[in-house]
Amino acid sequence: MQPTVFVPTDLYVMLSAVLFVMGVLGVLIRRNAILVFMSVELMLNAGNLALVAFARQWGLANGQVFVFFVMTVAAAEVAVGLALIVAIFRTKRSIDIDDLHEMKG
Amino acid sequence: MIELPTLESLNVVVTLPALALVLGAIVLLLVDVFLPERRRWITGWLALIGVLVSLGITLLTTDRTGEAFGGMFVADSFTAFLNVVVLITAAVGILIAMDYLRRTDMNRSEYYFLLLFSTGGMMFMGAANDLIVIFVALELLSIPLYVMSGFRRPETRSEESALKYFLLGAFSSGFLVYGIALIYGATGSTHLPAVWAAVSAIVEGGSSAVYLVLLGAGLIVVALGFKVAAVPFHMWTPDVYEGAPTPVTAFMSVGAKAGGFAALLRVLVIGLPSLIVAEQTAAAWVDALALIAALTMILGNFAAIMQTNLKRMLAYSSIAHAGYILMAVAAAGHPAVANQGVQAALMYLLTYAFTNLGAFGIIIAVERNDGSGVSLDDLRGFSRQRPWLALLMAFFMLSLTGIPLTAGFVGKWYVFWASINAGQVVLAVIGVLTSVVGAFYYVRVIVRMFLEEGSADLAQPRLPRTLRAGLIVAGLGTLIFGVLPFLAADMTTGIQIALAALGGG
Repeated sequence: MQPTVFVPTDLYVMLSAVLFVMGVLGVLIRRNAILVFMSVELMLNAGNLALVAFARQWGLANGQVFVFFVMTVAAAEVAVGLALIVAIFRTKRSIDIDDLHEMKG
Repeated sequence: MIELPTLESLNVVVTLPALALVLGAIVLLLVDVFLPERRRWITGWLALIGVLVSLGITLLTTDRTGEAFGGMFVADSFTAFLNVVVLITAAVGILIAMDYLRRTDMNRSEYYFLLLFSTGGMMFMGAANDLIVIFVALELLSIPLYVMSGFRRPETRSEESALKYFLLGAFSSGFLVYGIALIYGATGSTHLPAVWAAVSAIVEGGSSAVYLVLLGAGLIVVALGFKVAAVPFHMWTPDVYEGAPTPVTAFMSVGAKAGGFAALLRVLVIGLPSLIVAEQTAAAWVDALALIAALTMILGNFAAIMQTNLKRMLAYSSIAHAGYILMAVAAAGHPAVANQGVQAALMYLLTYAFTNLGAFGIIIAVERNDGSGVSLDDLRGFSRQRPWLALLMAFFMLSLTGIPLTAGFVGKWYVFWASINAGQVVLAVIGVLTSVVGAFYYVRVIVRMFLEEGSADLAQPRLPRTLRAGLIVAGLGTLIFGVLPFLAADMTTGIQIALAALGGG
C-alpha cells in the first residue's frame, strides 16, 4: 500500500466554513462593489471546497461534477457583474455601494 | 464500459415544453442578427410565438409524466401547472413591453431573448428533481433578470437597481451552493428523492448528521428567501422594482417569485419533509417558515402604506404576497396537508400572476417616456379621462386586496384554508388582519382615481394594441378565476407532489 497522508474530511469542511464566513462578512462589511463581488466568489468557492471534500468522503463523483457547474455559472455571473459595474462607473464615476442612493423609502 | 443513454431512456418528450422554449430562444438569437434594422419589430412577435408554442406543447402533454435525463428532470402535474403560470407571465410580459420599449427608446431585441431564457429557467426550476438542477435553473432565471433591470441604461436608477439586484442575487447563490454542499455531505446525494430517503434514515437513526441537514436547509431557505423577497431578505426589492423598467418589474415580480417558490416547494416538500426532529409532528423547517411568513406579511403591508410611488408600493405589496404564499409552504410541512399546501401555493401564484401583471400594465399605460408619472398622485381623476381603464385598475386593486368575485380572493381562501387545516391558526389570523391593512393602500389607489379631482391621463393619446391585449388577458384571468373558482379547483386537485410514503393526501 502506498503511504499517503490522509487529511480527514472534517478539516476540509472546517476550512470551507471559515472561508464561507469570511465571504459573508466581506459582503456585509466591504463598500466597494468589486470587493463585495470578490467576497461572493469566496463564498461560492467555499461551497466548492466543501463539495469536493464530501465527494471524496462518499467516494462519489457527483459532488465534483457539481463543482464544474458552480464554476461555469460563476463565470457567467462574473461577465454580467463586471459589465454592470463598468456601466455604473461610467455614469456615476464611483463603484462605492454607499453611493447607490437614488431611491429611498 | 459506459452505457450510452438511448433517446428512450432520456425521455425527451416530457422535457419538450422547456426545451422548445430554450431552443426557440437560441434560434431567435441567430435570426435577429440577420434581420435588417427596420424589420427588428418581428423579434418580439417571434418571441411571443415561441412562448405560445411552448404553452401549446405543455397543454398537449399534460398526461405525459415521468423522469428525464437520468432523474434530474421530472415532469408531473406540478411541473405542468407551473409551466402554464410562467408561460402566461412571459406572454403578457412580452405584450405589455412591446410598445413601451419602442416609445422609451429601449427597443433592443435583447429584451426578448433575456425574457425567454429567464422563463426557461423558471420552467426548469418547476421540473427540478435534483439540487444541481435547482442551482443551475435559479441562475438561468436570475442572470437575465439582472441585465433586464439595467435595461434603461444609462439612466442611473435603472443601473443602480441592476447592480443591487445582482450583488444580492449573487450573495444568495453563495448561500444556496453552501447549503447544497452541506446537504450533500450529510446524505451523499443531490437527487431529491434520494435526499429524502437519506434524511429519513438519518432522523430515524438519530445520527448527528441531522445538524448538517438542518444547517444546509437553513442556508437554502435563506437563499430562496432572497429570491422570493421574504423578510428579512427583502431589502433589495423596493429599490430594484422601482428602478427597473416597468415591464421588467412586472415580469420579475411574478416570474422570479414563481420560480423561487417552485424551488422552495421542491426542496422542502420532496427533499426534506421527513426532517422531523425533537418529537415534533411536522418537519423542522415549518416553524422557521411560519415565522418568516408572519414577518413578511406584517412588514410588507405596513411599509406599503407609507409609499407614494406606485411601483414602490406594488414592490412592498409583492413582499406581502410572498408572505401569504409562504404561509401555504409552511402548511405543506405537515404531512397530512402537504398536498393541500402545495396546491394552495400554486393557486395563489396563478391568481397573483394575472392580477399583478394587470396592475403593472396600467402603470405602463400611464407612465411617461422619461419614467415619471408613476406616483400615487399622478392617478388623480383618472376615471374622468379613462373610465374603463380606471375600472380595470380598481378591479386589479380589489383582487390584490382579496375581495370576493376576484381571483385574489380565491387564492387567499385556498391559502388560509390550508393554513387552518395545518393547525396554524395564529398564522391565518395574522394573514387576515394584514389583508385588512392591505385593503387600506389598495383602496387608496381607487379613491385617487375616482373621488379626487385631477387630470390624470394616458401617456399616449391611444392605448397601444399590444398593451390592450396584455391587459385583456390579465383582466380575463382575474375575472374568470374569481367568478368560477371551481375551474381553478379542478386544475389543482390533481397535483400531488408529496411522496406517497408520507401518508399525506
